Amino acid sequence: MAPEEIGVIIARSNDAPTIESEAQLRALLSGLSGVDAVGVEARAAKLATRSIKKSTKMTAIDLAISMVDLTTLEGADTPGRVRSLCTKALRPDPRDLTVPSVAAVCVYPDLVAQARTALGDANVSVAAVATAFPSGRASMAVKLLDVREAVEAGADEIDMVIDRGAFLAGRLGQVYEEIVAVKQACGDAHLKVILETGELVTYDNVRRASWLAMLAGADFIKTSTGKVAVNATPPVALVMLEAVRDFAETSGRVVGVKVAGGIRSTKDAMKYLVIVNETAGSAWLTPQRFRFGASSLLNDLLMQRLKQQRGAYVRPDEFSGD
Amino acid sequence: MNEKNLANSQLGALVYDPAPESASIARIKSSYGLFIDGAFTEASAHEHFVTLNPATEEVLATVSRASDADVDRAVRSARHAYEKVWSKTTGAERAKYLFRIARLIQERSRELAVVETLDNGKPIRESRDIDIPLAAAHFFYYAGWADKLDHAGYGASPQPLGVAGQIIPWNFPLLMAAWKLAPALAAGNTCVLKPAETTPLTALVLAEILEQAELPSGVVNIITGDGSTGAALVEHPGVDKIAFTGSTEVGRLIQQRVASSAKHLTLELGGKGANIVFEDAPIDEMIEGIIDGIFFNQGHVCCAGSRLLVQESIADEVLRRLVRRVEQLRVGDPMDKNTDVGAINSAAQLARIQELTAFGEREGATRYSSACTLPDKGYWFAPTVFADVAQSHRIAREEIFGPVLSVLTFRTPDEAVAKANNTNYGLACGVWSEKGSRTLWVAERLRAGVIWANTYNRFDPASPFGGVRESGFGREGGRQGLEAYLNV
Repeated sequence: MAPEEIGVIIARSNDAPTIESEAQLRALLSGLSGVDAVGVEARAAKLATRSIKKSTKMTAIDLAISMVDLTTLEGADTPGRVRSLCTKALRPDPRDLTVPSVAAVCVYPDLVAQARTALGDANVSVAAVATAFPSGRASMAVKLLDVREAVEAGADEIDMVIDRGAFLAGRLGQVYEEIVAVKQACGDAHLKVILETGELVTYDNVRRASWLAMLAGADFIKTSTGKVAVNATPPVALVMLEAVRDFAETSGRVVGVKVAGGIRSTKDAMKYLVIVNETAGSAWLTPQRFRFGASSLLNDLLMQRLKQQRGAYVRPDEFSGD
Repeated sequence: MNEKNLANSQLGALVYDPAPESASIARIKSSYGLFIDGAFTEASAHEHFVTLNPATEEVLATVSRASDADVDRAVRSARHAYEKVWSKTTGAERAKYLFRIARLIQERSRELAVVETLDNGKPIRESRDIDIPLAAAHFFYYAGWADKLDHAGYGASPQPLGVAGQIIPWNFPLLMAAWKLAPALAAGNTCVLKPAETTPLTALVLAEILEQAELPSGVVNIITGDGSTGAALVEHPGVDKIAFTGSTEVGRLIQQRVASSAKHLTLELGGKGANIVFEDAPIDEMIEGIIDGIFFNQGHVCCAGSRLLVQESIADEVLRRLVRRVEQLRVGDPMDKNTDVGAINSAAQLARIQELTAFGEREGATRYSSACTLPDKGYWFAPTVFADVAQSHRIAREEIFGPVLSVLTFRTPDEAVAKANNTNYGLACGVWSEKGSRTLWVAERLRAGVIWANTYNRFDPASPFGGVRESGFGREGGRQGLEAYLNV
């Protein structure tokens, strides 16, 4: 067979492959390169030794602020708390208007309307966790209704959870179809797919789940709900950033990454930005492509920002509680 | 490969501001004497030489050149200490000193890291995170063996050799001193250590540490000098054992000179390590492993993975990723905490690297060098990868000892093994595959002292290290490392 004839059978396209069967999906995911756990942890630890100083630190702090999905996901959330959070999201430090707004406010679906009203047309998105967050244990109909209601109430972004049980049991087609259906229900809203990497346990699973979500149409892949014992870790973020980088190279589609859960300090945020910088690069050094799902992180970023400017720390109470 | 999308995302777009470590903590003196019989003394002939910072070509200190008379003085001191003190101390007592030295290295680790980086040119991140902690770890490890020699597998009450003459290289100055001194002292020998001409300073700080640890006078003598000092040590009739780490060329001379004597000898020499990459390797970690394998310590590593043998089916992909990663390496001021690749240790070494790489181009290999900007002063060489290298090329056969990787391809495991073994050296190899059975099959057939699986350049005091064939003989580290200093 001449090479040009082979080209007819195996499409040499730059688009992401179209998934036509579970077998094809399984073959594709198991064909991905494995991840060596010792190696990936060593690489993440090495990147964590980067020393971010002076103007780089200021740039990185502002970038990190602009990437925060300011989050409240408590049973005790109130409309008042959400309004307060929105005010903070718009002007993280009311005394200094050079501080950028955060990327989004992230709430449960029933509080989307309040957040939408509080934020209006400002350049801060409303993100809602949906699909029976955080466990994902509900029927497909309930999950889709959850999504539609959040979108109708004004959510710009939907953070869905994958069915980890189905993924671990090998029902990859089911996970794929769920994501496709949720993506459809999202309409124009951006879809972030939460892999809950703490429950996937192995880096190989993280890489496969990342690709599965991207193939199914995710706009973002996100590490965690923040509701389980193990949340975002630097090596997991590294594996996911390698996945989005490689996916962009093969498909031309740039999928974002959101790290969430347990990121509380500027130092942690800097570590993640270094991994983004040295793994995926400039296309991801923007709130459109990288996010921090966090609540207390913002105040630490503000405190470190002021420290950079004044040369001394201020009291934590200088910043509002939420 | 999609060129359009590759161009879209620039790695390292967030430019890091300089983050230099302070040089002041080094407290380098303007001149140093010879550490003989527990005190710094002036060289008998009053000869000196200077040691430079290879990153700036600035003089760091003036160091004494030990003459034959000084070598004799050091060996006599070691002999005296051996007969009067060290051979009579118990293992537990020797362990006490080794533990003290280990802890003092830890206490002064920041100072030692800075001195090492200034004198050698290696990045501060490496001296801080690898050289100095590993040096302390070796003393800790052999401290544990000192009172357990009966259980080391060399029979009951194995005896020390006596006076050990130890000649160490410039690539890991303090670490190599630790590799030599710790097992020798644990086994009950006394030592005369000669650090390399271009990197004597951390050994001299170590001499201060030995004083601090109140190690009995003469148990360790540290004499600085050049090749003639090393030759005098090798030839001295009062030495019972020579341990040398360095080039194969010098190792060969030493072996000739020692041949007619009763001296024991261990040699840790050059290498041309093959890093073998199969198509099922964990690709991202493998790329990092290749980078670590050859660019760690500017490639000044005897066990460096300087030959990459990559399976043909993934060769293009590996090369593309490798070149992208090489571009990302941060080359420059070794004192900057974010530097990945530092300065070449000496003008002579730089000339050697330049000569061999020029040969590589002439022989028809395809050269990719990082486009990094190199400092004006000092000795620098941009990280370089040669593709399309053939087994017959000089850059595939000779040890370059610099940041230069030669890439060759193979099709079958047999071919990989044949190419990996087609060298006079035999120090280290790496095998990258997610298939354990293949890794073991290949490892069994490789002729090398050290084989890493899915990693490279990992060192641990509990793990023996050493070569076969022209990479030398004898082991350092582990239980096996004691054998080099015991009469067994």
